[in-house]
Amino acid sequence: MSVLELANISKHFGAIQAVNDVSLSIEAGQVVGLMGDNGAGKSTLVKMIAGNFRPSHGTMQMDGKELILHKPVEARQHGIEIVHQDLALCNNLTAAANVYLGRELRRGVGPFRILDYASMYKRAGQIFAVLKSETRPRDLVKQMSGGQRQAVAIARTMLSQAKIVLMDEPTAAISVRQVAEVLNLIRHLRDQGIAVVLISHRMPDVFDVADRVIVMRRGRKVADKTIASSSPEEVTGLITGAIEQV
Amino acid sequence: MAVTLDQTIAQKQHTLLTRVFASQTFWVVIAVILACLFLSVATDSFATSKNLYNITRNVTFVAIVALGMTFVIITGGIDLSVGSVLCLCSMVLAVTMHAGYGIEVGIAAAIATALIIGAFNGILIAYLGFPPFVVTLGMLSIARSLAMVASNNTVVFQFGPDHDKLLALGGGAWVFGIANPVLYTILLALITGFVLRWTKFGRHIFAIGGNEHAATLTGVPVRQIKVAVYMISALAAGLAGIIQTGWLGAVTTNLGNGMELQVIAATVIGGANLAGGMGTAFGAVVGAALIEVIRNSLGLLGINAFWQGVFIGGAILLAVLFDRLRNFRRNE
Repeated sequence: MSVLELANISKHFGAIQAVNDVSLSIEAGQVVGLMGDNGAGKSTLVKMIAGNFRPSHGTMQMDGKELILHKPVEARQHGIEIVHQDLALCNNLTAAANVYLGRELRRGVGPFRILDYASMYKRAGQIFAVLKSETRPRDLVKQMSGGQRQAVAIARTMLSQAKIVLMDEPTAAISVRQVAEVLNLIRHLRDQGIAVVLISHRMPDVFDVADRVIVMRRGRKVADKTIASSSPEEVTGLITGAIEQV
Repeated sequence: MAVTLDQTIAQKQHTLLTRVFASQTFWVVIAVILACLFLSVATDSFATSKNLYNITRNVTFVAIVALGMTFVIITGGIDLSVGSVLCLCSMVLAVTMHAGYGIEVGIAAAIATALIIGAFNGILIAYLGFPPFVVTLGMLSIARSLAMVASNNTVVFQFGPDHDKLLALGGGAWVFGIANPVLYTILLALITGFVLRWTKFGRHIFAIGGNEHAATLTGVPVRQIKVAVYMISALAAGLAGIIQTGWLGAVTTNLGNGMELQVIAATVIGGANLAGGMGTAFGAVVGAALIEVIRNSLGLLGINAFWQGVFIGGAILLAVLFDRLRNFRRNE
């Protein structure tokens, strides 16, 4: 059953057609690699799902109901979470503080409510345990490795009942060992029944972790097939245009 | 024995003691204590109750303003206008009371002035994207000028029907012979410390100083909070102005001149980072104490008062040096 369904989505900025008549569906517990060259329309597509842009044409459906987003907060309320490319972490805060940034837990009555440190440390620790990441909730993020930082950013998406997690180039600027760590984090998300959209330039990562690959070129979807029935060579051909469409 | 994942996650890296030793504030406290011990031995006049009363009271004005400044500096901003705002608020209070209004009206007018100026600074910075340095530099000039306009550049020393109430408010010692300004400082420091550590607002201030873009993306109301911190800074300056007016019993348009530098120095000496993301209420008070002890000791040790600027300037540089050294250590 599909969590998110896009039907004939287009987006143009003035005369520029950034996304052109794209339809796709994303299923629970599935990792979808979204690939394409710079300017292929991946980011625009993702920004529409994230509530940054509204589509010019077409409709989005979530769990069978029409989805109309005006701002990013609404996407979050619908269970769509984003891991930004720069992770959006505050180095001066602890891991737990970063996980809860913007939705801090508090205790107390009425206007006299104070931060609930104990619960935030505890819950953040539980999420890191689920993610199988050696990340201590009390540590400052500035002392952390790239993989741990990813874990913190991903842990954010697990606070609420996320249905879809959009990850923008999560493996772009980290070491080989940390890439493996991040791919594991993605698998753990999938095992929770969460749909993951992985936007990436890195062919090996997508073929390692994704179940399906969607390729975009010049605003159009040119391929949407299972990883098993495709190959890196074919995807490269689709990205560059050497292969027109499959 | 194998260490499980749960044990690793539950591990605490720092004990209370290591954290205390790692903090700059702790070493500044040590410096203040050592300086006091030295002065007690080297001079007869330092450890007298009268001198200690003077020091604690003198600390308060810089300390109160530094508490407000701490909020601004944690967000990565700066407020250069505090000295002038202090003067303007004192003058508004003085002129209002001199005109025959009661102390309540005077204080309300002074506080309203502070909040309006803070909101003006904050809106230009948060919504129109002006650099904090430029906005508050402009306000430094504007507020002092307005104080001169309000008083026609005269000294105000008669505060109408509630004259004595105002003097008691700032100059009295209502509890255990502790000067009133000291009590206000302790109260405001406790409130500041509480807000920074235990409220969502405080957490968001640190987040903005750490990574403003991240704070925006995660749904922190960055602009509103920035306006609020500049209002808090101006409010602190206004409160200090009200208290100082009561203590001095007279207001000149020279009040608070150059105070912004002392306040910023106090905040940074106490462990705040001018790049944002770090700072404590206790640090601001301790930083102010160190500056005052330096000032006081110069007088007691018989060093010419003209040298005061050199020592205060040196303290500012030393503060930035502390800041730099900590950054070097971190980068290694």
